[in-house]
Amino acid sequence: MDINPILLLAALMVASTPILLAAIGELVVERAGVLNLGVEGMMIVGAVCGYIAGHSSGDPYLGFLGAVFAGAAVSLVFAVLTQFLMTNQVATGLGLTLFGLGLSALIGMRAEGTPDLTVAKLALPILSDIPVLGAILFRHDLVVYLSILLVAGVWAFLTYTRAGLILRAVGENHEAAHALGYNVRLVRVLAILFGGGCAGLAGAYISLVRVPQWIDGITAGAGWIALAIVVFASWKPWRLIAGAYLFGGVTVLQLNLQAEGLKIPVEYLSMAPYLATIIVLVMIRAGRAPASLGKPFHPSS
Amino acid sequence: MLRLEKRPQPSRGWTYGAPVLAVFLTIVLGMGLFALLGKDPLVAIRTIFWDPIFGPFAHFYRPEIIKKAAPLVLIAVGLSFGFRAGIWNIGAEGQYIIGAICGAAVALAFYPMDARWLIFPLMIAAGVLGGFLWAMIPALLRVRFNTNEILVSLMLVYVADVLIKAFSIGVLRNPEGFGMPGSRNLRQYPSAANLDLIPNSGLHWGSLVALFAVIFAYILFTRHHFGFQVRLAGQSPRAARFAGINANRLVILCLGISGALAGVAGMFQVAGPSGQILGSFPSFYGFTAIIVAFLGRLHPVGILCAGLIMALTYIGGQAAEAQLNLPAAAILTFQGMLLFCLLAVDVLTNYRFRLGQGEAR
Repeated sequence: MDINPILLLAALMVASTPILLAAIGELVVERAGVLNLGVEGMMIVGAVCGYIAGHSSGDPYLGFLGAVFAGAAVSLVFAVLTQFLMTNQVATGLGLTLFGLGLSALIGMRAEGTPDLTVAKLALPILSDIPVLGAILFRHDLVVYLSILLVAGVWAFLTYTRAGLILRAVGENHEAAHALGYNVRLVRVLAILFGGGCAGLAGAYISLVRVPQWIDGITAGAGWIALAIVVFASWKPWRLIAGAYLFGGVTVLQLNLQAEGLKIPVEYLSMAPYLATIIVLVMIRAGRAPASLGKPFHPSS
Repeated sequence: MLRLEKRPQPSRGWTYGAPVLAVFLTIVLGMGLFALLGKDPLVAIRTIFWDPIFGPFAHFYRPEIIKKAAPLVLIAVGLSFGFRAGIWNIGAEGQYIIGAICGAAVALAFYPMDARWLIFPLMIAAGVLGGFLWAMIPALLRVRFNTNEILVSLMLVYVADVLIKAFSIGVLRNPEGFGMPGSRNLRQYPSAANLDLIPNSGLHWGSLVALFAVIFAYILFTRHHFGFQVRLAGQSPRAARFAGINANRLVILCLGISGALAGVAGMFQVAGPSGQILGSFPSFYGFTAIIVAFLGRLHPVGILCAGLIMALTYIGGQAAEAQLNLPAAAILTFQGMLLFCLLAVDVLTNYRFRLGQGEAR
């Protein structure tokens, strides 16, 4: 076997980034008491819109920005349906995924790529010169750093700010938060939009950096894995990193083993990330979910 | 100001009216979508919804609609049990695929023996068992480890997808197929084929079993204690606990029923309309059936109607693809919109709109 561990770990960070981005968005949504199962749908819409925006403008960062807006836009449908029309969150989230898969295929029919669109790697000064660690951690593109910063930001927001406290209160007991005069729906709509934006960005990272190409169904379940990781992390931001990198690791290792021509047929290896998700869900005793998670809220009741 | 007020009781009128309104709204929205794609919206709607039933070539389309509806109704009826009880089997697609693999594997094992009386029933049993066992994975994990059945059943869809691709070029590949992927065509193996019982009627064994499942589910929901337990667990889990309903047993039964029905649907599909184990066999029916279940309001008879409507959008969509060059993805988007509209108008069943300010908001 001839797998370079440094390259492997560096690739792991790239493979984990979309999952981490989508998961941190969903974590905020769930902490606000909303279960949005449409992550996969928002991601794939972000993937196609980011791809088109990036390639037509020639600037990948405009692509990422477009994907954030596209993801937020489709999540708005979910927000209106669940928050104002009190629809079942599970069913609506599923609908969002089905709708997103269809819509993305529709939009993507005319997607044309330009061959030389690359996202620049940004080697952090000094840090990237550390042997081994530098190559693994500090020679990535902006989005990889952004994903870590987002996790830190969400953690600080939830732990130290008043707005974060209100968001958690809404997620734990929406009746009480409502009685205290907080606008439950507004908080939740904002959380859903944030989740949509993150999912969109995650999708664009797949279609602009990780693959990079537009193919129908390109997200291949990454959105669902992100949902699983939120449970795995017991709704705590820092643990998401461990979860995402674990799954990124399984994915990268699996790809490398395929390239190495291992005895196991390629087809069976590609099951690994999904099986790993199940195994982790079984092994990890999930912490306590936000108490109002998935429950509908109507201000009059 | 317009505001929503909770109804003391769900409106009976809207319970039946909402799906009709949703279909109507979707058609309006769909016309917008088709217009955006540069197609004449009225022609598109006519091609999708009218021509397959009443058009000049309807005799060709009608049996196709029934064949499409059969797996959708079968899967959706199974799902309706769990959905009513708040148990979310999202992986019916996986159970459908595994049922197809198991059914086809039995048939291929006996090839070319001529004994339909033995092989066909065995295939049905294998399909049922395959889907059932695949659904037992999320069920038992939920009961034993309290894992989330939504995520586990869904992950198993991807696993099943990998398996059928691997088998179609591996163990189940046609040895006389000149190295092409795909198993032997079961339609050409009389002992295993699931063909129309009356030629060109669309009625194969799968359609009949789907009809039977609808009747069976109806009786179970309205007359049997199990149906009552399912409804109670969905409407008030607390009351269900006090009533001594075993939640774990309910999880296993609901997932088991939906898995078995999805599995047998897959088996009928692979032995009939599809014919082969092939990488392209998975066709999203397991997911579309979720829309069918909701469109039918989780009621067996409603699901039967919803399955036929959904099959119509498929067949009509194919016609529109051929005649108007309407992309296939447009139909998937259209189906997603249908689910959205349906969920949205459901608000009318439980709430009513009132003008003016109410008491303390």
